Amino acid sequence: MNVIWAIAIVVLKELYRRKDFYVLFVLTALITLTMGSVNFFNDHSIVRYLKEFCLLLIWISSLVIAIATAARQIPAERENRTIFPLLAKPVSRAQLILGKFSGCWLACGVCLLVFYFFFGVIAASREHQWPVANYFQALALHWFALGVLVAVTLLGSIVFAAPSSNGTIIFVIAVGILAIGRHLNKVALQLAEPGRSIVYAIYYLIPHLELFDVRDLIIHDLPLVPWHIWALALLYAAAYTAFFLGGAWLLFRRRPLTT
Amino acid sequence: MESVVKIENLQVEYRSKEFGQRTKLAVNGLNLVVQQGEVFGFLGPNGAGKTTTMNVLLGFVNATSGVAYLFGTNVREPIARQRIGYLPELTYYYKFLTGKELLRFYTRVFNIPSAEAERRIDEVLKLVELNGAHQRQIKTYSKGMQQRIGLAQALINNPDLLILDEPTSGLDPVGRMKVREIIQRLKSEGKTVFFSSHELGEVETVCDRVAILCDGELKVAGRVNELVEKYQTNLEQVFLKIIGYPLPP
Repeated sequence: MNVIWAIAIVVLKELYRRKDFYVLFVLTALITLTMGSVNFFNDHSIVRYLKEFCLLLIWISSLVIAIATAARQIPAERENRTIFPLLAKPVSRAQLILGKFSGCWLACGVCLLVFYFFFGVIAASREHQWPVANYFQALALHWFALGVLVAVTLLGSIVFAAPSSNGTIIFVIAVGILAIGRHLNKVALQLAEPGRSIVYAIYYLIPHLELFDVRDLIIHDLPLVPWHIWALALLYAAAYTAFFLGGAWLLFRRRPLTT
Repeated sequence: MESVVKIENLQVEYRSKEFGQRTKLAVNGLNLVVQQGEVFGFLGPNGAGKTTTMNVLLGFVNATSGVAYLFGTNVREPIARQRIGYLPELTYYYKFLTGKELLRFYTRVFNIPSAEAERRIDEVLKLVELNGAHQRQIKTYSKGMQQRIGLAQALINNPDLLILDEPTSGLDPVGRMKVREIIQRLKSEGKTVFFSSHELGEVETVCDRVAILCDGELKVAGRVNELVEKYQTNLEQVFLKIIGYPLPP
């Protein structure tokens, strides 16, 4: 556990020293500015529209941070050759993958905390209420969805050598799932065989990230998701994360590293 | 005496990039034993299989057949690397970390308790003469300083076996002397040093035994003084003779 934590801390240090995290502050400033502009319009009905816009921005930004961060972890270790002194120590490849995953996922968690906190403070200042439980459910589901994405990106980084191609492919897949994942079964019904079976198989195999997008909970102050359903959704994400990390380890464990 | 490195019938094949050739034999039937307390020179021309053998010992590459042990543990087990230090030929470390942070990271990897870790970090920084620069990020270090932080990380766990891949390449004469001093010091402490080098004069000075590889095969292994005596010449000439380089009459 010590080894995994040590690797995760290095990932976090790299992120804040490479200034990637400052994207977060720029975005936060943008959100603040957008929310602040409500007064300029002097129209309170526009608040919900702005909340929707800001949360969409948070989702897109978090996807970019999660995928871009995870995509370069292992290729950068290989390219910079830092992997050699590290794996020459009693560090297994599974620990390396778990350490990288933990670092990226923690970084995503920190980003989301800052995003949601700023967003919440400003929304509360306009609406004079802060449904903390709604925010908590939305944030946790969002964070676990990013966990799935970080894991699949790490797996992709072992398959594809270039972080840019890996990042682009995963980003397109993630946006695709978020946009049309829930409709794939309906699309399958309209197709002839074997297309129907293929689309159905895809529908049942992909991680349904759209389940974790509960922005409406905050935008429209909807009632909370029943807690047991919420916990099941987290378990669903954890299972997919474990599956992708396991795949990454299987591919990486026997891969030769030549100096 | 405990054998620190034991290699039995090691064979490593790589997939060849050349058309019509499926595999390339990098190491062929290598048998080698390095005893505790020895300074062992691992020699050979470029492409002889030295780095591949080291890569197997370090777990970077799996052997096609045969087996290698460090302190009696199969090198496939990460724990086999608990008592070793490794300095790669080209030293690249996390440049965004300071020298001290890098060393602290490696102490965590070795599970060294924090009080002991701080003592050890100060000790190795002093040994490699980087105690004035430990708060600076590694990206600001000169090449020599980066080599020295590399040596510091290799020594951070007080290893019983130090594996050095061309440790003096790219170093100035003072740096080379310093590395030689450290090797001698480790030897006097009973540690084992296994290193590859093309600096045969240096190898002759510091090594107890050498092995010479050529085309993936072990050509000779023995004590330096015995080889020099047998061939009635210096180690460089012995080396050239063994690898089949045509010497002038």
